[in-house]
Amino acid sequence: MHELGITEQLLELTLRHAEEAGAERVTRLNLVIGEFSSVVDESIQFYWEMMAEDTLAAGAELNFTRVPGRFHCAGCDTDFGLAEFEGCCPACGGVEVSVADGKQFQLESIEVEGSGVHVPQPES
Amino acid sequence: MSPSRKVKVEESITSANDAIAGQIRARLDDAGVFAINLMASPGGGKTSLILRTVDALKDDLRLAAVDGDVVPVDVDKIATRGIPVELINTGGNCHLDANMVQTALPRLDLTAIDLLIVENVGNLICPASFDLGVDANVVIASVPEGDDKPYKYPAMFRGADVLLLNKVDYLAVEDFDVDYFRRGVEALNEGVAFFPISCRTGEGLEAWFDWLRGQVRAKRAQASVAAPLS
Repeated sequence: MHELGITEQLLELTLRHAEEAGAERVTRLNLVIGEFSSVVDESIQFYWEMMAEDTLAAGAELNFTRVPGRFHCAGCDTDFGLAEFEGCCPACGGVEVSVADGKQFQLESIEVEGSGVHVPQPES
Repeated sequence: MSPSRKVKVEESITSANDAIAGQIRARLDDAGVFAINLMASPGGGKTSLILRTVDALKDDLRLAAVDGDVVPVDVDKIATRGIPVELINTGGNCHLDANMVQTALPRLDLTAIDLLIVENVGNLICPASFDLGVDANVVIASVPEGDDKPYKYPAMFRGADVLLLNKVDYLAVEDFDVDYFRRGVEALNEGVAFFPISCRTGEGLEAWFDWLRGQVRAKRAQASVAAPLS
């Protein structure tokens, strides 16, 4: 359910960058999310459709790139996935294991349409 | 229609929250307040730990708490110990975010606090996504929850600076492999401080209190270097 708060922030971030870029419309968001970030894509999508309505980003497609969680064993230099992790390295049984990948939680880029000329809006 | 073009963002999705967390951090640093974000499942022992901690430290340190909850049950319990405590009504929300904490800060006199305990909403998933601008994220896991929790909730355990394993008095009756549990946490989070405790019997709590005393001292020293008393 924290996806509601996440989606609010995602919209704010998107609109800020879209306005700075002088966009008239946002068509797509490219998100990179690692397995160690616990969010549900469908849930973000659900909130997004409600919240982005009536904004520059209405109807924008959410493109999720999921990065699998990976561990690295310093003992035998092996990488392995979250599913194989049972407290030690599946190859050598060593315990010098640390996170190698999957921490991402980023809005990498947005795709926009519009002149590209930033027109500052008068304060209302 | 003009052709679409790509605009580079490369920012954390929670950058709005993180910016507010940065402001909180600056205020706490200026005031020399050491703050923790206490997270656990419902029933993990957050309030019990706060009560134990207040009882042990209130003669030496000035403590205060903020509690993210929907009802003031825990706030009332903590208030019986005579420390300032503020409820952040989360309205059923599953976590605290930096904005909620920032809203509560003006209700506290930061100049009269050494240790601020932020009690998060009982939940092992959602609070992990939100930086609250505190010094340490403290996660309580408890023996009856099972030793597989770091493997099931890696995001929560990855953000922990301190891990308390509560209810160790249950180890005698539970199949809980402490080494397996601990290895899971350490792989996710190198250098995490680990304290096996029992809020019921008091076992292991002295080490936790000592850790807190040390952190508070270090924070005060840092603040007085930054802004020496005239």
